Amino acid sequence: MHEDETTGHRSADSTSGTLASDSAPEPRGRRITRRGLMTAAAASAGAAILARLPAEAQSPAGRAAPATPPTQAPSPPQTTGAFDLASVPADPTRAPGPPTSTLGARSPFETPVRAPVGVISGSSYTPLQDLAGTLTPSDLVFERHHAGVALIDPAKYELLIHGLVELPTVFTLDDLQRLPNVSRTCFLECSGNGRGAFKTPKREMSPQAIDGLTSNGEWTGVPLAVLFHEVGVRRGASWFRAEGGDASRLSRSVPVEKGLADAMIAFAFNGEPLRPANGYPARLLLPGYEGNANIKWLRRIELADGPGMFRDETSKYTDPLANGTARQFSLVMDAKSIITAPAHPGRLTPNVWTQITGIAWTGRGKIVRVDVSTDGGASWLVTELQEPVLSLAHTRFRLPWKWDGKRAVLMSRAVDETGAIQPTLAEFRAKRGAGTDYHFSYIRAWVVEADGQVFFGADL
Amino acid sequence: MSAARTRCLTCLVVSALLAGCDRGPLADRATRTQRVSGSSRLPSNVHAAPALPVHFGVGRAATPAEIAGWDVDVTPDGHGLPPGSGTPTQGAQVFAAKCAACHGPAGEGQVGAAPAGVPPAPKLIGRDPRDGFPFGQDPKLVKTVGNYWPYATTVFDYVRRTMPLTAPGSLTNNEVYAVVAFLLAQNEIIDANAAMDSASLVAVKMPARDKFVPDDRKGGATFR
Repeated sequence: MHEDETTGHRSADSTSGTLASDSAPEPRGRRITRRGLMTAAAASAGAAILARLPAEAQSPAGRAAPATPPTQAPSPPQTTGAFDLASVPADPTRAPGPPTSTLGARSPFETPVRAPVGVISGSSYTPLQDLAGTLTPSDLVFERHHAGVALIDPAKYELLIHGLVELPTVFTLDDLQRLPNVSRTCFLECSGNGRGAFKTPKREMSPQAIDGLTSNGEWTGVPLAVLFHEVGVRRGASWFRAEGGDASRLSRSVPVEKGLADAMIAFAFNGEPLRPANGYPARLLLPGYEGNANIKWLRRIELADGPGMFRDETSKYTDPLANGTARQFSLVMDAKSIITAPAHPGRLTPNVWTQITGIAWTGRGKIVRVDVSTDGGASWLVTELQEPVLSLAHTRFRLPWKWDGKRAVLMSRAVDETGAIQPTLAEFRAKRGAGTDYHFSYIRAWVVEADGQVFFGADL
Repeated sequence: MSAARTRCLTCLVVSALLAGCDRGPLADRATRTQRVSGSSRLPSNVHAAPALPVHFGVGRAATPAEIAGWDVDVTPDGHGLPPGSGTPTQGAQVFAAKCAACHGPAGEGQVGAAPAGVPPAPKLIGRDPRDGFPFGQDPKLVKTVGNYWPYATTVFDYVRRTMPLTAPGSLTNNEVYAVVAFLLAQNEIIDANAAMDSASLVAVKMPARDKFVPDDRKGGATFR
């Protein structure tokens, strides 16, 4: 986040973070300080403690606490506090653990990772099977780039709004942050999500491989309506054309109504500035719309009397249909769901309680119901939705279940507040066609074999 | 934005209509906040937040030169097309030098393995199937500029802003006109000798132009 010119909030926050680690009250009966640890290093017991710390943390120079409150921002972090699997003690109640650190690392037992395709115009997939609840950790949010990750100096960032406006205006990042901001939690999904599962399915696909191009989190930014009001949108402006500041200059056209309704120029996600891969320092956010239109590294918005017919809304991101046409500007994401457990490569134990759980979402408001079937869609059970159910956001569903040891076919079926029901694969193929390219919103299936192994029900 | 910048009456009215009121886009929220805080007995030194200004006066005026430098996209009405021209013959040379290494000598798409970190380059030239538009039915069909792209201006726009992949924006306007002419001629959409410029490019009608339909999905029980 940018420094607030009037209050100097940035350095104040950074400083307080450092101070808090040394001056905050310690838990009773377990007062452990860095200085104490260094002293203890002389003793054998202390040496054992120190051996469990990450290498960087053992450097006194790197870990020295300031004697007085610093007046400037502290020097760059010396350790991220990463934990080492080999340092996990047999009994953690018998010795103190590592001290506080600059960044919070995951347990060494948890290693969720994205699955990157590894090309500059390509994707990395979120490990949906590793996530609980509804939020996507920032470092696991999927990627889809068209010319790699644009790296942008926030001090040089500018957003130009022009075209059918009274006052063509350039906004800096500071401008965007000083205007009235809002936060909202919503999903962001690539409309190509599910293409691999539809076109080249394999029984060994995981939730990540099937539908890993979706994410959910809290975005903060300035409503586009505020910016539109500042520049004065002229009569006749029906679309706005957004351009990214990456090497693909990814461009999309969006109806002005969406801009006024709930669009946002977002500069933060899950409480911190955007990650570069997600559009740092600022991007367009269009809740409920296909990910591609949510232009990352946004640098220009042109108000116009029609769409620009750019490459990514003509030759790509259009939906060839079974009736010999192609649907264009299919911006809203359909109701959809996927069971994230049990799922491949999991294995079930018969006759013990477990739970069927997953996520559901729709670009048309709230999820009102998610049904689960264990018999391939012959019958359905209503699941419990995690409250609060947010509009245009991932919604967690759960159903306690005891597997009886016989082959089972699990499915989930989302219903949204417009009454839209997730279609079967057969319905989807009939309406959209086997050659359709985006918005693969049909019901996903998992097969539990008699030995308990779970596989993607690719053709069910 | 300096206070000296003035607004016309139309702007004010249109902005007011777009925002739904004459007090700015956040007025509803501000009113709601005031109503809520006013509905209970507040301590004497706690007050409802003051009304927000109609405009915040944030940002600076963009100069015409700035806008011209950034606004280089090209749209079907010819907006943004620069001076210059090129022929298919000239374009063949540009294509061979700047494009064929990835897209293949005949625009057939990636030949052999793509370099590390680069996706396979798509096929650009090909008109099959000549009849109908069965892309939704047949997943094996390959979309090209000739059989799927609905606007010739989009080809110009995309090539000029994003190609070649490793040096986007490096082609001259004449080179872009020429390579677009080459692609259109190879796809049998324009004559093999037809020069492309800002007037002739806008006049090109692509084979797939009338195949695209607006989104008819509305939610509700009927899946479309």
